[in-house]
Amino acid sequence: MANVVLRNVRKTYAGNVEAIKGVDLEVGDGQFCVLVGPSGCGKSTLLRMVAGLETITSGEIDIGGRVVNDVEPAERDIAMVFQNYALYPHMSVYNNMAYGLRNRGMAKPEIDTRVREAAQILEIVPMLERKPRQLSGGQRQRVAMGRAIVRQPKVFLFDEPLSNLDAKLRIAMRVEIRKLQRRLNTTSIYVTHDQLEAMTLADILVVMNGGVVEQIGNPLEIYQKPATTFVASFIGAPPMNLIPLQGTDIGLAGKDSAAGILGIRPEDLVLSDQPAGSGGVALDLTVEAIEQVGAETYVYGVRSQRGDTPTVSARPGELPPGEILVRVPGQIGPGIGERIQVVATHDKLHLFSADGRKRVD
Amino acid sequence: MAPAHDGRGVMQKQTVFQSRLLPYALVAPQLAIVLIFFYWPAAQAVIQSFLLQDAFGLSTSFVWFDNYKDVLGASDYFNTIVRTFVFSFLIAISSLSLALLLAVMADKPLRGSALYRTFLIWPYAVAPPVVGVLWVFMLNPSLGVLAHGLRAMGFDWNPLLDGNQAASLIILAAAWKQISYNFLFFLAGLQAIPSSVIEAAAIDGARPARRFWTIVFPLLSPTIFFLIVINIVYAFFDTFGIIDTITRGGPANSTVTLVYKVYEDGLLGGNLGGSAAQSVILMGIVIALTAIQFRFVERKVNY
Amino acid sequence: MVERRRFGNIFAHVVLCIGVLIVAFPIYLAFVASTQDTATIANGQMSLLPGGHFLETYYKTLFIGSSGTTREPVSVMLFNSFVMAMMIAVGKIAISIISAYAIVYFRFPFRMSIFWLIFITLMLPVEVRIYPTYKIVADLHLLDSYAGLSLPLIASATATLLFRQFFMTVPDELLEASRIDGAGPFRFFWDTLLPLSRTNMAALFVILFILGWNQYLWPLLITTRDDMQTVQTGIRKMIASSDALTEWPVVMATAILAMLPPVFIVVAMQKLFVRGLVETEK
Repeated sequence: MANVVLRNVRKTYAGNVEAIKGVDLEVGDGQFCVLVGPSGCGKSTLLRMVAGLETITSGEIDIGGRVVNDVEPAERDIAMVFQNYALYPHMSVYNNMAYGLRNRGMAKPEIDTRVREAAQILEIVPMLERKPRQLSGGQRQRVAMGRAIVRQPKVFLFDEPLSNLDAKLRIAMRVEIRKLQRRLNTTSIYVTHDQLEAMTLADILVVMNGGVVEQIGNPLEIYQKPATTFVASFIGAPPMNLIPLQGTDIGLAGKDSAAGILGIRPEDLVLSDQPAGSGGVALDLTVEAIEQVGAETYVYGVRSQRGDTPTVSARPGELPPGEILVRVPGQIGPGIGERIQVVATHDKLHLFSADGRKRVD
Repeated sequence: MAPAHDGRGVMQKQTVFQSRLLPYALVAPQLAIVLIFFYWPAAQAVIQSFLLQDAFGLSTSFVWFDNYKDVLGASDYFNTIVRTFVFSFLIAISSLSLALLLAVMADKPLRGSALYRTFLIWPYAVAPPVVGVLWVFMLNPSLGVLAHGLRAMGFDWNPLLDGNQAASLIILAAAWKQISYNFLFFLAGLQAIPSSVIEAAAIDGARPARRFWTIVFPLLSPTIFFLIVINIVYAFFDTFGIIDTITRGGPANSTVTLVYKVYEDGLLGGNLGGSAAQSVILMGIVIALTAIQFRFVERKVNY
Repeated sequence: MVERRRFGNIFAHVVLCIGVLIVAFPIYLAFVASTQDTATIANGQMSLLPGGHFLETYYKTLFIGSSGTTREPVSVMLFNSFVMAMMIAVGKIAISIISAYAIVYFRFPFRMSIFWLIFITLMLPVEVRIYPTYKIVADLHLLDSYAGLSLPLIASATATLLFRQFFMTVPDELLEASRIDGAGPFRFFWDTLLPLSRTNMAALFVILFILGWNQYLWPLLITTRDDMQTVQTGIRKMIASSDALTEWPVVMATAILAMLPPVFIVVAMQKLFVRGLVETEK
């Protein structure tokens, strides 16, 4: 059990491509840290650097108080669960789990105890003599985790382990992983591109984009106060509406008017005929499309006001220019073509600088 | 839509054309060539092996397995069989080990690995007689560059007189030519192993050597078996050009393989029956090797 | 990986360089020999660097021939090899692709028997049936002819199997769509299947051409005329029984020339070549 500290870690590939541009991160002992971000943001690279599978160009990585930059993966006392499980195809499940322990010269009886214990926890005891090709995806996943936990390492590393499973299984396994981690209390770093997984699993959430950390914090904190427009639109589904304020006549009071971009979550917009409260915002929309999903209704509307300034582009869940998404609880909603007014109170407004990189409140 | 199985257990597509005559017209060319140049000669060989022509070639009589008994009974034939197999194993082992080593090195992400690969592949294109000519030139006792080197090291190099040296020369040349073929397949086999499995092994505490023997080698075993059979077949047949160019079977028949023997005995003429029997025996060996390949190698392939 | 990278990499480079040396040395030597003159070599005094006789040796080789047991200019031999290799490669691809087409896309009596008949030819290379085949070729008056050189070598099934395997992976929907568009067997083959098969054909062509070019035993048997020698049989005949008589520079020049087309193909079309090799051996 140990903590993991990253100090100004950078990675540059040949040809001067900077993949990781200076990351600082501290994961406390026993904490579950999730690295989340779109493809290519560097989260997997960062994980692999912690594992020792990639070299570090500059900066330090610390595991359990020891700098491990030049330490080989085998010596770092870590275990990793890969996206495609990476089980040894020619070995039985038992041997897959025992391999790491054998390499360290552990005695047979002890190996046997540990393997069987792990198999118990993961409910894979009946499969111990089978080969990976005889198992389903979910079962292979468990074996991969079994292989990791028998080692009783300082840190668990997960590289998108649930991406290859179908949706239902993914949800079930997500809960299992969390329970397992709590039970074993091992420091864990988990990589995913799925923001839902990130929100539900993390003690500490790290949102990455383009090799840079955009925000670190508690998932709910990040949800409630995203630091940049990227984080704002990445975390939370459906994504936040981001409205560039220049050239529009959305009035904001006091220091709020210094903002360049206004963000409001679809669930924070309420259908109302009343004017907005002090500091709040009212939007006039013409309904373009409706989606009924049972528990709620998604209303897509276009601002009837002038100006076709496009929505700030932050990629995840982009809305077409000028379109606003409103989430209305229940099954009753406006009809297509109707003009409606939606209102958001002041405390639900997110204000950002014009380049989207800073919060302004 | 998955292809269906027709009655005999071999797959066919679901949607087919219904023409009556066209398919026959399409297979006719290949069938004709195959019948005339494969089955007819093969059948001839089998039939001939049961016949004996008299000294003047005037009459032939049916002698059952006499020809086979004569052929197999001759002591030099037995020696030839042993020699051919020994050559095969030696060629296979030396060529495979070197090729494996090279493939493992070439599989690493190195600068210039593409260049190395190109260089290591090209001997495949060199024909057996040319291989023979190259090696005979290098190791010719009087003017060969390598022969000078060997003499300088105190070695009495004279393959024209020493049967074992002649045999080693053939084995060397043949193994040299096969390196690129084996290298290619090993490389393909290595690249088929997912890098994540190797990484998992590294994290699991296995050092490079241990990783190789416990993970890479077992996963490579289908390729290895496959190549062993291929190399043996190669040693049986493709070495003809090398032998004919370097030693012509000499000295004193020490480099005669089964194929070479068929060729020589046939050239001398006369015993058509015996020559045919030899051919049929060779056919039997090849069929057996192919059968082994299909049964044992194909089975181990899939993970 | 982090571990011991530099040492492992240096070791790999060393091994690979040695490997390349082993592979390239004989060929380099041949090239050097082809640029020196006969006397120097016969005296065992050949240096390891190229000499100055490049042009004259190659000219002699190509257009005049050696003074060994065959007096044919190598250019003729190269031509023969080329024709034979082309005939084998093209011929085999042509008859195989239509056979495979028939077997996969048609249903007809004896379909399976015919398939097995063709399949069995995989098992026996020409070397096991040389004399009977010789007799047949002689009876057909095809000795010393291009047809005689090529036809028996077209008889095996590798290409048919490859095409069959490939056709099985072509989605049925293509055929259905094509039929709906009114295409019959010919149009489907010509307009749809053939273009799809292009890469496979190219890969096969590369392999078959090299195989055909490198044939030795069969051409040796059936050609007696000097002007029908292929470059492989020709080079053998240049090595006279006595060392002193062999014109080594010419022999080496012939070796280099004999190697050029296949090596060029392998290097220039490496991807196709590798693919063809892997596919045909499955």
